[in-house]
Amino acid sequence: MRAVARVVAQADDAGVTRLTGLRSEAPLLLRHTPATTGPAVVHLLGGAAGPLGGDELRLEIAVGERARLCVRGIAASIALPARSGAVSRMTVTVRVASGGELHWLPEQLIAARGCHHLAMSNVELAEGARLLWREELICGRHDEQPGDVTVSTSVTYAGKPLLRQALQVGPSAVHWAGPGVLGGAKAVGSLLGVNSESWPEPRTAAPEAMMAQSEVASPTAVRMPLGTGPGWLVTATAEAAPALRAVLTPAR
Amino acid sequence: MHPETVHTHPDPNVDPHSALHHHGAFRVGIGGPVGSGKTALVAALCRAFAGELRLGVVTNDIYTTEDADFLKRAGVLDPQRIRAVETGCCPHTAIRDDISANLAAIEELEEELGQLDLVLVESGGDNLTATFSRGLVDRQIFVVDVAGGDKVPRKGGPGVTAADLLVINKTDLAPMVGADLSVMERDARARRGDLPTIFLSIAQDRQAVKVADWIRALLAHEH
Amino acid sequence: MTSALLLLADGRFPAGGHAHSSGLEAAVAAGRVSSLSTLESFLLGRLYTTGLVTAAFAAASHHAAAHPATSTAAAHPAAQGAAAAHLATPSGAVEGGSVPRLGDMECAAGSEVLLQLDEELEARMASPATRVASRKQGAALLRAAKMVWPGDGYGLLPQRRDGVHHAVVLGVTAAAAGLSCAEAALIACYSQVTGQASAALRLLGFSPYDIQRLLAQLAGQCDAVAMAATAHAGKDPAELPMFSSPLADISAELHATWEVRLFAS
Repeated sequence: MRAVARVVAQADDAGVTRLTGLRSEAPLLLRHTPATTGPAVVHLLGGAAGPLGGDELRLEIAVGERARLCVRGIAASIALPARSGAVSRMTVTVRVASGGELHWLPEQLIAARGCHHLAMSNVELAEGARLLWREELICGRHDEQPGDVTVSTSVTYAGKPLLRQALQVGPSAVHWAGPGVLGGAKAVGSLLGVNSESWPEPRTAAPEAMMAQSEVASPTAVRMPLGTGPGWLVTATAEAAPALRAVLTPAR
Repeated sequence: MHPETVHTHPDPNVDPHSALHHHGAFRVGIGGPVGSGKTALVAALCRAFAGELRLGVVTNDIYTTEDADFLKRAGVLDPQRIRAVETGCCPHTAIRDDISANLAAIEELEEELGQLDLVLVESGGDNLTATFSRGLVDRQIFVVDVAGGDKVPRKGGPGVTAADLLVINKTDLAPMVGADLSVMERDARARRGDLPTIFLSIAQDRQAVKVADWIRALLAHEH
Repeated sequence: MTSALLLLADGRFPAGGHAHSSGLEAAVAAGRVSSLSTLESFLLGRLYTTGLVTAAFAAASHHAAAHPATSTAAAHPAAQGAAAAHLATPSGAVEGGSVPRLGDMECAAGSEVLLQLDEELEARMASPATRVASRKQGAALLRAAKMVWPGDGYGLLPQRRDGVHHAVVLGVTAAAAGLSCAEAALIACYSQVTGQASAALRLLGFSPYDIQRLLAQLAGQCDAVAMAATAHAGKDPAELPMFSSPLADISAELHATWEVRLFAS
């Protein structure tokens, strides 16, 4: 299945965010959830039974100056194999203009046995753009070894690389579950903040200090200031999805 | 090798009185076995030179910053003037085979504090073979102690035979451990030829006066 | 150029590597590495993630230094030989004649690519402790390299007080030593694996024969990763591999908070 979906958020003269573009295509179904205050909220409904091997899915998000958009999920998506063994691909392409803000807080991606899935995100932030970006990968359903999944995230800020990382799990990846990469953890994820102070609790210092220094939240979760721009990244591994979510939940 | 180059001098290929190959502070390495009193000597020299010389200290620890922390707690030197080098279990590698981290630490001190007169580089407690590279220090002091037994000078090793100054510390303990200082002195002379040896008790001489004077003479010679 | 390769890859090369365990000390403390089999898994997991990335950056940096005119633009064979010769010789004289000098345009292109490579590698290291360790080792290598293989090529590197990332300096050093792109990548892989293994030897008291046998068994994979990394030389720096290891980042940050540790990273 091939699908392209699109969200365009722009602020009107009064500073209220309007969705000037909203295009869904099955299985990527987007729903605007009316909100009286705060950012425009869009829910991503597609999920439950996919992506399926062979799917080519693309989501494009554009956030204009001063516009605020929050994209959330409804249910975890489960990467499933096709009989043909074909690769499924989900590409998210994002642009946020200066003063714009995007919260990307979807539900987990679950790698089912035998899947071949690529999840690629390319995020371009203008100087002064704000971002919260969460990614969570669950390696297999209950008592299941995952198929091949690669999650790659590429973020630039003001034209410079801010974060580029990729994680590969599954039979084709080398010793990914071992002590060098995930150490047996089934859930792994990250929360990226750019020009944001909404890092997960607890707060142990003033915001400027929190921005400048790392914080070890637990032996498997740390928040780290990035090197090339005003960003921080929480990286965590956990036994299961709920524990991972607990350390990747941004403060309000 | 030419027969005439076989002698006990620190490094037969280096003239100890040649011009320094680096600019910046005069560098003195302090090495020796565990517990011989290296850190105590560094602390004593800090006291001796307080208000007299612009001083920096670099420590090479087995455990990260233990010696540096001791010096900071002792309050003998502004903590800003102390740098700790991490050595990956091998302090002797960091002072002899791969001196890059120590050179970087000295440069950092000089960058942050401006010109210095003297940098003391303390080796982590290691063994009798640990010596400093001539690429790192201008002169080196090897510290042994009386409690280690009066055989130490006789056994020799590059530290004892080749150091520019041998310090035999804890002389106050000699009667208690049955060490004969005259034996140590004789053996040191046999091993070291004309190179100096100083007997010392830092517990009693809190400024290690004779060692400080030896360094002062070197500095005067350089200028 | 085999001898130069061995020299630069040797753990005794004085570039500060002995003080780093590249994450092994933290993995041992966490109880994740305690046996030869867990060590093997650790070495391979890191080789195919952080190892591949640093090797690709070493290869790309070699390419940028040795062939500055062709790093981003289309191939320009005439410049390649000149640039390589230029970097390989300290004083401008080689057997059989004078060395063609690099043009200003070529130097500018080379510097620009090396700066981009340094930034792109920075964006691949989420952990500040890892970034600091990489820059410190880069500075130490540059210090040694300039004295061992003097040359003008180091002038193409970005000027940073805290040092340029190790993989970038390694690529430029390999070019100055007359080594190939593939050799630069191989040294990156080999140094990571052997550095971690020798830290394991010191921390866990394995038999040195067991460690060497393990390293011999991993040699093929080390070569394969280096070869894969070499294929990225000359690409847009943004397109270089970006595989990461969550535990590498997490444990590097934990390690940096310890009061007592044996290794700098």
